[in-house]
Amino acid sequence: MTPLLSVTGVTKRFGGLQALTDVTFDLPEGQIMGLIGPNGAGKTTLFNCINGVYAPEFGSVHFHGEDVTGSKTYNMAKRGLARTHQIVQPLEELTVRENVIAGACFGREGHSLGSAYDIAEEVLEFVRLDAKADELAASLNVAQKKRLEMARALAARPYLLLLDEVLAGLNPSEIAGMVEIVKKIRDRGITIIMIEHVMKAVMNVSDRMIVLDYGQQIAEGTPEEIANNPQVIEAYLGDPELAKKLMGED
Amino acid sequence: MKNWRKHLGIILPLLAVAALALWPTLTDSISNRESAFTILKAIALASSLNILLGYTGYVSFGHIVFYGFGGYVGLYFLNEQGWSIWASLLVAGLSSGILAFLLGKAILRLRGAYFALATIGVNEAVKAFINNFDLFGGPIGMTLNFKVYKEYGGAAEALSMAFYIMAGLALAAIVLSYLVRVSKFGLGLLAIRENEDAAEVMGVVAPDAKTWAYVLSAIIPGMVGVLFFFKNGNVEPHGAFPLHASIELLVMVMLGGQGTVLGPILGAFAYQGMRGYLVTSDFFKDIQLSVSGAILLIIVLFIPAGAVGWLRHRFEPLRRILP
Repeated sequence: MTPLLSVTGVTKRFGGLQALTDVTFDLPEGQIMGLIGPNGAGKTTLFNCINGVYAPEFGSVHFHGEDVTGSKTYNMAKRGLARTHQIVQPLEELTVRENVIAGACFGREGHSLGSAYDIAEEVLEFVRLDAKADELAASLNVAQKKRLEMARALAARPYLLLLDEVLAGLNPSEIAGMVEIVKKIRDRGITIIMIEHVMKAVMNVSDRMIVLDYGQQIAEGTPEEIANNPQVIEAYLGDPELAKKLMGED
Repeated sequence: MKNWRKHLGIILPLLAVAALALWPTLTDSISNRESAFTILKAIALASSLNILLGYTGYVSFGHIVFYGFGGYVGLYFLNEQGWSIWASLLVAGLSSGILAFLLGKAILRLRGAYFALATIGVNEAVKAFINNFDLFGGPIGMTLNFKVYKEYGGAAEALSMAFYIMAGLALAAIVLSYLVRVSKFGLGLLAIRENEDAAEVMGVVAPDAKTWAYVLSAIIPGMVGVLFFFKNGNVEPHGAFPLHASIELLVMVMLGGQGTVLGPILGAFAYQGMRGYLVTSDFFKDIQLSVSGAILLIIVLFIPAGAVGWLRHRFEPLRRILP
């Protein structure tokens, strides 16, 4: 079976900075892939190369077996790819509901306003924002805005969801809530790639993980393999004791 | 109409325009008709501009170019080719729409101040072109052959008809503005206004949506142009592309509330009312435009959402009935 997403030899430069070098992986349908790495490792750049914000200099991206390298972001959205942003980007002067309706209207299924309204109801309840539906998106706090981004992406009914640090800046109980939501999304059959710094959470939910460092893909494997990979521990986690601590094994 | 409250956002403006259209007839006053004509013209232009400025978030400083260009093309066919006023209105709207489509492909890639500057440039460029275009009379422009009025029962009848057509155009502009505002297309425009990159990531095909918004905002101004030149009896390049009129339109939209259906209408009323007072006052008559500039400054600084926008913010129930 063709994987949902194949990234082959993707390379991206910004002037003299080598942001991504020869990144290659396949993502089968229905999995959660964790994407980790220190700040500036190129994680968000990789998302941007997948969803069309940037066109990679070399390499290719295949989605459902079709070459989509350098497609526009809106074409990727229509094909069934949705994402959230590391820095939340709500449509501030619109209500929470309108934000989510827009997600359903312009996403993969291209709903009319009427059916998008019903989808918004359902999705807002799913991310527990239904009580805020008629408030302006600008009035939400950070945790709520992250859930709004999630709701908007889900309303598009994507095949693949790219989550960029949805846990960052949340308190422990908010993190637990969000992790539950991510698992439920996977259970609906949506494939996920998540960039995350909250190590315990991402190791807990990921089926597979990729580690980037200075734009290089230094490891790929199950969370256990990643946690015990000496190169990862060396390059990314710093020292093995810390790694164990982050895994919650101390 | 059980749910009339839900449609108050369109019923109110339509009633206002209908009242304005009937006012001169009821009072049987030519001078009232002239005032009403000016306000209706402002409503039609401001509501059209609002589709681009208010919904899409693109500031067009040279929007009057569509009024001038469409008006010129329409008047040429009316005067030189003997077309009826109706056919001329159509060709005026169409030519402005096509101009906007082509311009949109070229300059809508620019954002913010760069787009605003480009629109000024376009206005001046089209003015310069018309100024040198012999078919349209070059710098002298075109004067209406008064035989044209005869077809409509003489000058008095023709001017009265022009008034009712203007009321029709104002209504059409409001209905168009409302339909865009409550449609899926309009939601895409609002998404672009709020955050164009995020909108594209969500699947809004921004280049197309912006181009169509530009086209829709240009058609009625073209028709208003030909109607105004028909009523005026002549047209020349300087009068057809007045940059200050573009800025007055911005003031009206901002004053009433950009991005709302009712806002530009209120803004047009208020601005034309104020202007009527200023140009007849001894003190203000020469500095009328500076007053407009000061108003724009105050709005941008203190109530950027405009009157209707401010009300919507303050009173939540209004959000549902004033789209």
